[in-house]
Amino acid sequence: MRHIFTLLKKDLLLEIRQQYSFYGILLYIGATIFVLYNALEEPDSKVWNGLFWVIQLFICINAVAKSFLQESRGRMLYFYSIASPADFVLAKLIFNSVLMLVMSLLSLLLFTLFLGNPMQKAGEFIGLVLLGGWSLSLVFTFLAAIAAKAQQNAAIMAVLGFPIIIPQLLLLMRLSSAAFAPLLTIPLSSVLLLIALDAMIVLMAIILFPFLWKD
Amino acid sequence: MYKSWWKIAAVLLLIYTVIAGFLGPVPKLQLLGETIRNLYFHVCMWFAMMILFTVSVVNAIRYLRGFQLKYDIYSRHYAIMAIVLGILGYSTGAIWAAFTWADPNSSILDNFKTIARDPKLIGAAIALLVYFAYLILRDSIQDIDKKARISAVYNIFAYAILFPSIWILPRILPSLHPGNEDNPALDVKNDISGNMRIVFYPAVIGWTLLAVWITTLKIRLTLLKEKKMMP
Repeated sequence: MRHIFTLLKKDLLLEIRQQYSFYGILLYIGATIFVLYNALEEPDSKVWNGLFWVIQLFICINAVAKSFLQESRGRMLYFYSIASPADFVLAKLIFNSVLMLVMSLLSLLLFTLFLGNPMQKAGEFIGLVLLGGWSLSLVFTFLAAIAAKAQQNAAIMAVLGFPIIIPQLLLLMRLSSAAFAPLLTIPLSSVLLLIALDAMIVLMAIILFPFLWKD
Repeated sequence: MYKSWWKIAAVLLLIYTVIAGFLGPVPKLQLLGETIRNLYFHVCMWFAMMILFTVSVVNAIRYLRGFQLKYDIYSRHYAIMAIVLGILGYSTGAIWAAFTWADPNSSILDNFKTIARDPKLIGAAIALLVYFAYLILRDSIQDIDKKARISAVYNIFAYAILFPSIWILPRILPSLHPGNEDNPALDVKNDISGNMRIVFYPAVIGWTLLAVWITTLKIRLTLLKEKKMMP
């Protein structure tokens, strides 16, 4: 537990020391949404919903991709000697989750500012956005580990990740369209399903990461 | 000879499938008509595909347990064969859909647009995309051991997310495809009449055995090539 905390602190410190990457993602969010704002005015809720989740997907890839790529070979070797793989991957998962939650909320704010607010149930939708951001960050964190080991750039992450994430995105889009309609209720079973999937992803990451990390 | 009994069984079962499949009695249903015989081909492709993907994952796990390259080769070839079966499943499905779902009054493109939205088709497309990505990932890594290890990890991770969602998605989204209520493909007990079941089960086994046979041949060829390279 203490190890995880220390590793988290290290990631946070790195983020604070090298702020360019954090601001880079912020700029990415702002620029993308501004382009959308210029491309279409006042989209209806269906288009809004689709665009929102696709943008979330791209933000996630950009925010998470660097998490393993930034670690150099020597540094990985150092971590290898002082921490267990489960602690290491859990620290990364937690850090990226928090990062993605912040980014999701920010992009939601910008979306409502620029593209209008179709939300009928704001509270529920914000909850869904957080859940969605969390799911995306978990899947892509693990894929970032794979891509980093394969010595590939973020492009291979998209190739590996898009097919896997489609089911969750479909579920999220369906759930959030319920949040846009005043009469529909959000089915609790689907939300629980998403949470169960997330738990399974964390479990798979802990089981499989040790194989990735030793060379 | 004693080891090839299952190959003989595969041939016999497939001969039986084709003969009984085209000549045997089938229920006369509206809309479906004689296209119902496609069940012995189309559905079997998906069954065989899922079985072969599972075999591929099992071999990936076996590789990670002992790091023997043999299992990595197994895993790859089973995945490729499963992709071929998936493509065959799509083509037989397309023929079937052309006679049943397609609206003859609208254009091919419009029909495609509506049919492709079906959750079962999406699920199958995801499965194929994931394994295409698996092949791309493999080819992007040079080092043989690293390639085997990383692709085995991706194989297991993708499979673990993919298959629950393939089984769950169709229950949540609306669909035209048979077996809507609580089953991802079809409800064998209720959707298929007894006459058809005695052809359907052997057909599934026959097609799967044929696919395994093709794969073992390819595996043998690859292993021989490896041996030649590393004497």
